[in-house]
Amino acid sequence: MKKWLVILFCALFIGGLISPFASSSPDGLEKVAEQTGFLVHTGEAKSLSLIPDYNLPGVKNTSLATAFAGMIGTLISFGIVYLIFRLWLKGNMKEA
Amino acid sequence: MHIPDSFVSPVVSIATTVISVGTIKIALNKTKEALEEKQVPYLGAMAAFIFAAQMINFYIFGGTSGHLIGAVLASIIFGPWASMIIMTAVLTIQCIVFQDGGITALGANVLNMGILAPLIGYKVYQIMKKTKTAIFVAAWLSVLVSSIAVSLELSLSGIINLDIVLPAMLFWHIFIGIGEGLITVAALNYIFMVKPSLKTSEIGGG
Repeated sequence: MKKWLVILFCALFIGGLISPFASSSPDGLEKVAEQTGFLVHTGEAKSLSLIPDYNLPGVKNTSLATAFAGMIGTLISFGIVYLIFRLWLKGNMKEA
Repeated sequence: MHIPDSFVSPVVSIATTVISVGTIKIALNKTKEALEEKQVPYLGAMAAFIFAAQMINFYIFGGTSGHLIGAVLASIIFGPWASMIIMTAVLTIQCIVFQDGGITALGANVLNMGILAPLIGYKVYQIMKKTKTAIFVAAWLSVLVSSIAVSLELSLSGIINLDIVLPAMLFWHIFIGIGEGLITVAALNYIFMVKPSLKTSEIGGG
């Protein structure tokens, strides 16, 4: 199997199967915001995004919602970066 | 370390966006000549891996977790310029699709995790002669550098005084950075084992 595919599958495994088990504790920045008191600045979350907070809407089970979000995001990340470099390369390929 | 919308002022938002856009333009130019077709799927796979790994918050202590940034991981394999492009893409996707990081804070998040982290981490890696220890130190430092940048942006935005936020951010990220170091070393071990030719894949110099 192509090696990049192996890495992609690892990523999908991590994003899809391991992500529901990730810690839900606040990260460093959020913790500092809590501790020092500026967390109060957090405004209303604008819900213009498709999958806010890595929970796929319409999926009741939060673990599953996270798992799907992880897999979707992993694939989108692959696709977009692949396209960026592919198109960039095409646009700059010297004439043979 | 993704900054939400409400934590950056308009001035900081604009300034960081301008710096980030300008630097990404440079990154695109630097990678232009050196990029090889066969690297493209690997660059994509790296982005996928970084996105996925960033989802895995690991608990450290004191009710706090951390997560991988992954900028130095990408830098060591593909060089800092390609890493900047990968990181910017991932951060933008996280922001727009998943609301992880505010849109007005995207410029700052890109600057911190997508430009400073890969660039400074790579320089440290180079200076330390690209040893295994260098990988760990570079990755660890990239987290600290990002956290310092965040602190500066927050204080310049008038959210919190620097003398309060900087020590607090540094404290947690000294430990979170250890996670980054360990994960980066382990991931590189695996990736170089799976595909040894990636050891010489740097695109566009350092």
